[in-house]
Amino acid sequence: MSDTATTPDGALSYYGKPIIKEPVWKPEIPLYFFTGGLSGAAAVVALGARVTGNDVLARRATLVNAAAIAVSPVLLIKDLGRPALFLNMLRVFKVTSPMSVGTWVVSGSGTASGAAAACEVFGVLPRAKLAAQCAAGALGPFLSTYTGALVADTVVPVWHEARRTLPLVFAAGSAASAGGAVAALTPQPFAEPARRLAIVGGIAELVTVTAMEKGVGELVGEAYKKGKAHHYGRLAKAALLAGTALTALAGRRRAGAVVGGGLLMAGALSERFAVYHAGKISAADPTFTSLPQKRRLAQQQR
Amino acid sequence: MSVTSPDGQTTYGLQIQPRMGFFTDTSICIGCKACEVACKEWNLVPEDGLDFTGNSYDNTGELSANSWRHVAFIEQRKEIPVQEAGVGTDFRWLMSSDVCKHCTHAGCLDVCPTGAIFRTEFGTVVIQDDVCNGCGYCVVACPFGVISKRELDDDGGMHKCTLCYDRLQDGMEPACAKACPTKSIQFGPLDELLERAHGRVDDLHEAGVDDARLYLDGPEDGIGGAGAFFLLLDEPEVYGLPPDPVVPTKHLGEIWGSALVAGAVLVAGVAAAFLGAGE
Repeated sequence: MSDTATTPDGALSYYGKPIIKEPVWKPEIPLYFFTGGLSGAAAVVALGARVTGNDVLARRATLVNAAAIAVSPVLLIKDLGRPALFLNMLRVFKVTSPMSVGTWVVSGSGTASGAAAACEVFGVLPRAKLAAQCAAGALGPFLSTYTGALVADTVVPVWHEARRTLPLVFAAGSAASAGGAVAALTPQPFAEPARRLAIVGGIAELVTVTAMEKGVGELVGEAYKKGKAHHYGRLAKAALLAGTALTALAGRRRAGAVVGGGLLMAGALSERFAVYHAGKISAADPTFTSLPQKRRLAQQQR
Repeated sequence: MSVTSPDGQTTYGLQIQPRMGFFTDTSICIGCKACEVACKEWNLVPEDGLDFTGNSYDNTGELSANSWRHVAFIEQRKEIPVQEAGVGTDFRWLMSSDVCKHCTHAGCLDVCPTGAIFRTEFGTVVIQDDVCNGCGYCVVACPFGVISKRELDDDGGMHKCTLCYDRLQDGMEPACAKACPTKSIQFGPLDELLERAHGRVDDLHEAGVDDARLYLDGPEDGIGGAGAFFLLLDEPEVYGLPPDPVVPTKHLGEIWGSALVAGAVLVAGVAAAFLGAGE
């Protein structure tokens, strides 16, 4: 016979079993957070380059934008429990569901990016290309950040408590990876804006991730110090630091831009996996759910 | 005449129904699991493994796509004043049949991107199986961990208690309530159930069961009250329930605000990168 079950932290629980369910999302989802973010920021770079008359940079950014958005629906559909019914996403538009809003953003920006890239490659319809580029550029920032809102709008403690910072983390990672990818593909001196974006994005990602991990509170923040979340988090910080430094110091040379851009992309990707695994860890342990709620109740009663 | 449902939708005419729900009085649950069996039988919920957990008499484990009622068994070295269990005075056995709460503000319904999850004329929350494409968003939007994905037979969809929507439409009570031999599970119009529950708590307090308390009985909590509420004899987390559940969409404004601000910051960053290059 056991007494009332407690967890290792001494909190009351039902045989240590989780209170909420762990996310059923597979690694395709953090991978999509990366490709979607990269695509969105690249669309903004493409538009910026077009507006400033830097057509060499605009061409590369347009192609990066299109390539990254092209793989995104594949990842998203593959993760569904019933992939054949993916079109049911387009039955409704719901602002209460970041996934619903995001589906329309992905559909819209994917169409625009694809059209812009096709015009670019075949060298036709310059006006249509500009219109498509404007549409993709307008949706791009939201494509990069809505995924932060998507995971924040859950009961997973480490995601919900980071609702103010997660979209910023995703925006910064998108800037770092898009800047890095486009700078690596563009010859100097045309790559300069992308290189600057990569550096700023890399620094911003390091700063916002630290702010996020602190901001969720000591109790919930523990999730980032455990298991795979810890490993991917450390990998992300190392890659972002090295990538930012290399892009700043040697980014004007092609080899430096390629290696630096690759490291920045790896860093942004690792950070998304750190967020993904921290979510799973914080859902699986009932204390992440019950203890902050108990404290909240105690505060209200005071 | 019209009637406004818990989530603010207005319905008219023949569809007007009072909000129906469950009052699960755990103080008289005997742990027979008839509710679990009746639910599986009626709703054709598949068998998902015959496991021995070692956790008292609970071999179901948790609510999931394949268990829409779950009886929890808690063994405690505490006495219960009005019970003579014949196993000494310092022992009590808590049993509780858990179920989907059919929240007033339902996170699963809010985040469902296909519209598969809807609110019925009875104020309950139901997943339409033929519409659900298995995205899994509802799983992490539920503060109670009620919903999960059915992996059996390549199903891939999300499933949970429907509060026997089909039976309700024919004027019958849900299978679990029908099968419950002690009326621990009571079904009816929510306002009647609430009145009865408050009376029951008062009776228990009078009898010396000071631990008795209602859970999810009021609209002031983080989910706006539930369609299925409980009478518990200990803290909610002892039963595996969250002590202060909050629907994630309560903070939707803040969440969208952060995403828009972050998007604007990204645009500003790109703009700065281009302006800087002009020097």
